[in-house]
Amino acid sequence: MELGLGAYLTFASVLFGIGAVGFLVRRNALVQLMSIELMLNSVNVVLVAANRFHPDNHAGQVFAFFVIAVAAAEAAVGLAILIALYRLNRNIETDRAHVLKH
Amino acid sequence: MTDAKFLLFFFCAAIALAGAIGTIASKLPLRAAMSLLVTIIALAGLYLTLDAQLLAAIQVLVYAGAVVVLFVFVIMLIGPAPETSSAPGSVVWRMLSLVGIAMITATFAFSFVDVASTWVAPPAGFGTVRGVAGEMYTKALVPFEIVAMTLTTAIVGALAIARSKTASELAEMKRRRVAEDASAAAQPAE
Repeated sequence: MELGLGAYLTFASVLFGIGAVGFLVRRNALVQLMSIELMLNSVNVVLVAANRFHPDNHAGQVFAFFVIAVAAAEAAVGLAILIALYRLNRNIETDRAHVLKH
Repeated sequence: MTDAKFLLFFFCAAIALAGAIGTIASKLPLRAAMSLLVTIIALAGLYLTLDAQLLAAIQVLVYAGAVVVLFVFVIMLIGPAPETSSAPGSVVWRMLSLVGIAMITATFAFSFVDVASTWVAPPAGFGTVRGVAGEMYTKALVPFEIVAMTLTTAIVGALAIARSKTASELAEMKRRRVAEDASAAAQPAE
């Protein structure tokens, strides 16, 4: 069996699916942020694999670098929001976050 | 693709998927963070099979070294409380969303699995620091500067959000200030 581009794309779609299921099923905001990281990582796999398939430039790897940088910023701000939510509610379950609801 | 890369791909892919399932399935957030760490390091190995050495190093440095540590710090701050009961009546919707995501994932996976391809040999310097940085600083300089500003803004924003006071703390401050004013007024003027 030859290991083609499809193996990487299949792996990335399964990883994205796991992350999406985690985001939808879990109610702990920490685990939901980790699921977002999983989905961003699967997108990076697709970018790097496509770049290896067309290796005449580094566009995919540069894009993956920017995705990593933005994901780091997103994690920092998301965790800060989570801490603020915890100080307000003493709870980080997203079902009970209803400050903006009323 | 050589046999070594073939083996490394399946090894890293299996470990990454196992870590991802552990991330979303474990009840304790700390175990989820450790599973995320396993996934991230396995993905760095996967980047090595794709001749992306710089990105593999960045993946380990930024994700394993910074993001997961940030998660662990937050778990230490707020305590390892496991998930309690779920909201009533949400099980059906939860199952529906799970089935929908599973169908979309299966569609993507089964349509991609047959994509056969012949890899061309990468040119010299592909994926190295010199190659990626040369492209980044010549063709993507403005996005690079914007990412620098984004990270700085994110740091300031994270500090501002995490250090903000809650409503009870604001009320406590106001009560203390009123008490201080009252005690200052009660003092006889000298």
